Amino acid sequence: MKLLTLNFLTCARKTCKSLPAAFPLHPREAELEQVETDMNAALIKNILPRLEWDAMKTVTTELGLPNLPAETPAPEDLATADGEPSQTLKDLHVLLMDTAVVSGKLVCGNCGHEYAVKEGIANFLLPSHMV
Amino acid sequence: MSRPEDTLPPDLFYNDVESRKYTTSSRIKNIQADMTNRALELLDLKEPSLILDIGCGSGLSGEILSDVSEDEGGPHAWVGMDISSSMLAQALDRDVEGDMLLADIGQGVPFRAGSFDAAISISAIQWLCNAETADVSPEGRLKRFFDGLYASLKRGGKAVCQFYPKNAQQRSMISNAAIKAGFGAGILEDDPETKNVKVYLVLTVGGGDVTGTVSGMNGVDVYDARRKERKRGKEFEKKGSKAWILRKKAQMEAKGKVVKSSSRYTGRKRRVAF
Ligand SMILES: C[S@@+](CC[C@H](N)C(=O)[O-])C[C@H]1O[C@@H](n2cnc3c(N)ncnc32)[C@H](O)[C@@H]1O
Ligand SMILES: [Zn+2]
Repeated sequence: MKLLTLNFLTCARKTCKSLPAAFPLHPREAELEQVETDMNAALIKNILPRLEWDAMKTVTTELGLPNLPAETPAPEDLATADGEPSQTLKDLHVLLMDTAVVSGKLVCGNCGHEYAVKEGIANFLLPSHMV
Repeated sequence: MSRPEDTLPPDLFYNDVESRKYTTSSRIKNIQADMTNRALELLDLKEPSLILDIGCGSGLSGEILSDVSEDEGGPHAWVGMDISSSMLAQALDRDVEGDMLLADIGQGVPFRAGSFDAAISISAIQWLCNAETADVSPEGRLKRFFDGLYASLKRGGKAVCQFYPKNAQQRSMISNAAIKAGFGAGILEDDPETKNVKVYLVLTVGGGDVTGTVSGMNGVDVYDARRKERKRGKEFEKKGSKAWILRKKAQMEAKGKVVKSSSRYTGRKRRVAF
């Protein structure tokens, strides 16, 4: 589960889904992996305004990653004066696209349900009484 | 030949053996690649986007999204949902670039509002019509799915779902569930009236341009509320009457156009690698 995806995932239970406490899901006993992928500047630029930055900060803190800036980086921070990818863009790329939870759990802050993650795939199948 | 949907639930049908057979068949790879390219053409994305792949399986559809070139508005990032752990295991073996969830789309779409630019689904959603236990019905599962999908897309977002309806009733059960969820919806058929017919449900989310986007496409039958008048007119036509025959002919012609326009696309280079 990439950190990008974690920034969009909510608890799957109907009773939780729209509640603020059901997002973000909290990683527990998480093992992280970093896999280098090609930089896609236009994609990051597209997604940036949609990120919930506070959730990003919560999750990185919980994972023991370095602190993020207080605010979402601005679009103009993504490129240097001569149009090259900035350090901010590179950092965002590594954080969102290259960093993933490979195993552990994702826990809902509202109902406490634990979604297991194995080989990077989170199990969101709910027993029918919880749907 | 019996439909797999009528034999077993999807997670049991797509077991290890079937998933490997499915994923390694070059015939299937080609068909899934063609349909994914067609869906991408209908989505008409202008920039690298975040796409939900519904029933992503082993990633045959998703990998096409990762391979769209910069010139054509890509590459896109995708998140897949699938109910079969064997299919997802195949995807892991093949090192696809998308992120995946083991999830039942009939239980909903667990993403916050406005997460995705677009969604695709290739050969999956007809499975939602086969669910009958004490606590779930196809209608209930279709509702959970389309309501969740609608919310997870950004305003102005689109979804294209290629599916294999068993019959006209399944086809309208699925389209109606999408419309009830709030989508502007249209159906497009490639190779109509043949055994290779491909049905695409084209869905748009708000943004004022609901019928616009769909009806701008050649041969898409629009299922939007604003077209009710045309539908109402239909009821007064007697089946088999001259008016009815003329309208059917016009419909067939419209569909013929779709076939033609798809052959323009057929000539384009494919990005599927073996
Ligand atoms: C024919 S395969 C298509 C896979 C992929 N989209 C492709 O083009 O190769 C259909 C997939 O739909 C999945 N599926 C069926 N019902 C599902 C459900 N309720 N939730 C999630 N996935 C489902 C199956 O597990 C299977 O992987
Ligand atoms: Zn919950």
